[in-house]
Amino acid sequence: MSTLSTSRIEAALREKERGEGGKLIVYLTGGDPSIEETGKLLAAVDRGGADLIELGVPFSDPMADGPVIQRASERALRAGATLAKILARLAEWRAAVRAPIILFSYYNPVLQYGVERFARDLALAGAEGALAVDLSPEEAQNYVAALRAENLDTVFLASPTSTDERLRRVAQLSTGFLYLISRPGVTGERASLSAAVRPLAERARRFTSLPLAVGFGLSAPDQVRQAQELADAAVVGSALVRAIEEQYARGGEETIERFVRWLKSGTGSRLS
Amino acid sequence: MNLTSSNNVPDAHGRFGEFGGRYVPETLMHPVEELERAYDEARADPEFQAELDTLLKNYAGRPTPLFFAQRLTACLGGARIFLKREDLLHTGAHKINNCLGQGLLAKRMGKTRVIAETGAGQHGVATAAAAALLGLKCVVYMGEADMARQAPNVFRMRLMGAEVIPVSSGSKTLKDAVNEAMRDWVTNVETTHYLLGSALGPHPYPVMVRDFHRVIGQEVRSQVREAAGRLPDFLFACVGGGSNSIGLFYDFIPETGVKMVGVEAGGKGTALGEHAARFSGGKPGVLHGMYTYVLQTEDGLISNTHSVSAGLDYPAIGPEHAALYRQGRVEYTRVSDREALEAARLLSEQEGIIPALESAHAIAEVRKRAGAMGRDALIVVNLSGRGDKDLGIMMSSEL
Repeated sequence: MSTLSTSRIEAALREKERGEGGKLIVYLTGGDPSIEETGKLLAAVDRGGADLIELGVPFSDPMADGPVIQRASERALRAGATLAKILARLAEWRAAVRAPIILFSYYNPVLQYGVERFARDLALAGAEGALAVDLSPEEAQNYVAALRAENLDTVFLASPTSTDERLRRVAQLSTGFLYLISRPGVTGERASLSAAVRPLAERARRFTSLPLAVGFGLSAPDQVRQAQELADAAVVGSALVRAIEEQYARGGEETIERFVRWLKSGTGSRLS
Repeated sequence: MNLTSSNNVPDAHGRFGEFGGRYVPETLMHPVEELERAYDEARADPEFQAELDTLLKNYAGRPTPLFFAQRLTACLGGARIFLKREDLLHTGAHKINNCLGQGLLAKRMGKTRVIAETGAGQHGVATAAAAALLGLKCVVYMGEADMARQAPNVFRMRLMGAEVIPVSSGSKTLKDAVNEAMRDWVTNVETTHYLLGSALGPHPYPVMVRDFHRVIGQEVRSQVREAAGRLPDFLFACVGGGSNSIGLFYDFIPETGVKMVGVEAGGKGTALGEHAARFSGGKPGVLHGMYTYVLQTEDGLISNTHSVSAGLDYPAIGPEHAALYRQGRVEYTRVSDREALEAARLLSEQEGIIPALESAHAIAEVRKRAGAMGRDALIVVNLSGRGDKDLGIMMSSEL
C-alpha cells in the first residue's frame, strides 16, 4: 500500500538519511500520575529530544505489558484517566510539543469510543496516528479505513515470530513506520538487545520502505545505539515510565527531560 | 469421540456470526495460526482420536452416567430431571476432557511446557493431571483471591507437580490469571502451549475447546434415548466462559425441539461489579483475543465481577455463546449466589450429590422451572463438577 506523502511521522523518522543521526521514540502512559501531569511530561520529553511520542491509553487488562507499564496503567486509571479524557486534552498537549504524537492503546477502549469518532477526534487534536497493540491486521479493516480517511498513520507491530507472509501483511497496513518487537515477550527493560532484531530488520526491509523502529526491552543509550545500527529509530517505554514512577515526584520535569536527553545521546544525533 | 464439525461455524476467520476472531499482539498471531493447523491435522488423524478416546475412557472415566434424579424430580413436582454426571470424571469436573485433548496436541506440536489459567481450580487441577500423565512441565496462574477460596485445589495442583503462580494484579481472579498466562505465553511461545480452559480466546481455542467437550452432548443424546426413548425438552448448564454448556448444547443445536438454557452468575446484585451476567449487563467488545459480550464501563475498561463461584467469575463469555444468544437459539438467564447455595444444599439432601457451586447455578434454574412443567417434560442438567472444593464456602455461608 502506498504511504501518505503527508506523513509527518515518516518525515520525522527519515532525517537519519539526511545525516542527522538516529531517532528516538519514547512511550509514556497518559494520565500517569495524573492527566494534568501528562501535559507537563509530554513537554519535558519533547525538550529532552524525543523525535516521536507514543502516548499510552491506560487499560484495565494490559496483557501485552510487563509490570512497569501495568503499574503505570493502574496509577492512571486510579487518577481517572480514560481515552475520552486523553482525547479531550490532546489538542492542547500536541500544540505545545514539536514531536509528532501517536496514541498507543488496547483495542477495546477505541472500539467503545467508536472507531470513526476516535479517528476524527485524533485528527482534530492534531495527532499523527495510532497503534492498537491487540488489533491484528486481520481484524483491522474498519480501523485502518477510519484512520486513513482522516490522514492518520496506522502503525502495526512486527515480531520475530512473524512469518514472511505475516510481515508482508503487517507492512501493507502500516504507515508512518514499522514497529519491530525486539523479542517475543511483554514490554519491559532488558540488559541487552535481543539477537532476534537483526534478522527481523533484514526480513522487514524486504517488505517495506518505511522507516523501521525497534522497541520492547530497550532502556539505555547503548541499546538505543545498537538498535539504530539496524533500524531508523529506537523506542524506549518501560525505562522512561520507571523514571516517571521513581524520580518524577522528587525531581520534577527536569529529571525526565534529562533522562530523555541521556537516552537521546545513544542516537548520535545533535541535540536541538 | 467424533471431532468433526457438523455445523458450519466458525468460519475461516474464526467467526461465529460477528463474534470471535483473533485479537492478539502480533507475537502470538503466528503461534495461533500454527495451533489451528496442528489442531486441524490432529482432528483428522484417526490415531490422535483413538489415543484421546482411550485416555477419556481409561484415565478420565468416560462415558459418564446419565442419572435420573428421582427424588429431586418428586421434590420439585414437575419435569423429569436427569443429571449428566461430569462430576464423576477424574479430577472432579468436565475440564479433563479438554485438558487431555490439548495435552496430546501440545505433545504432538513438540511443546515441552503447558501453562494454564484457573478460577475455581478445576481447570488447573485437570491441566496438572494431564501434564503429569503426559510428562509435560506445568505452570498454572491463579488469582490470589481464588487461591484463598479454593485452597484444596491449589494443594492438588502442587501435589501433581504443577507450579502454581499467584496473580495479584487487578481483581486477583480469573481474568487476571488469563492476562498473566497470556504474558507468559507471549514470552515463552517457542516451548510452551497455552492450555486455555474454556471455550474462549482467539481462534481456534473456542472451536477446539468446544470440540473436546462435545462428547458430553453426544453421550447424552444416546443415553437419553435409551432412558426415555426420545430427545429431552430442555438442557440446562451453567455458563462461565462456557465450556461445559457448549459441550452439552452443541450436538443439539439443529434439534429445534430441544430448548437450551445457559445460566450465568447473578452474584449479589445487578450493579456492574456485583455479578458475572454478561448478556444482561454487558455489551460487545474485545477481551482476551475475541470479540464477544463483555462486562465493561462506558470507556471500554473491563469490569470486575463477583460470584460465589470462582469458575463463573469472569467478565466475558465464549463467542459461540454470543452468537447463540444473538440468534435466540439458547436462552441465557442468571441466578444469584444465594440461589446457587440453596440449590447445592437441595441436591445434596435429595440425591446425596454435592455439586460444585458452578453447577449449582444450573440446578437453581431447574428448581425455579421444573415444577411448572408437566410430568412428561424431560430435563437434562449438566452436573459439570463436584462440590468438594466448595465445602469451605458452603460451611461459612450459613447453609
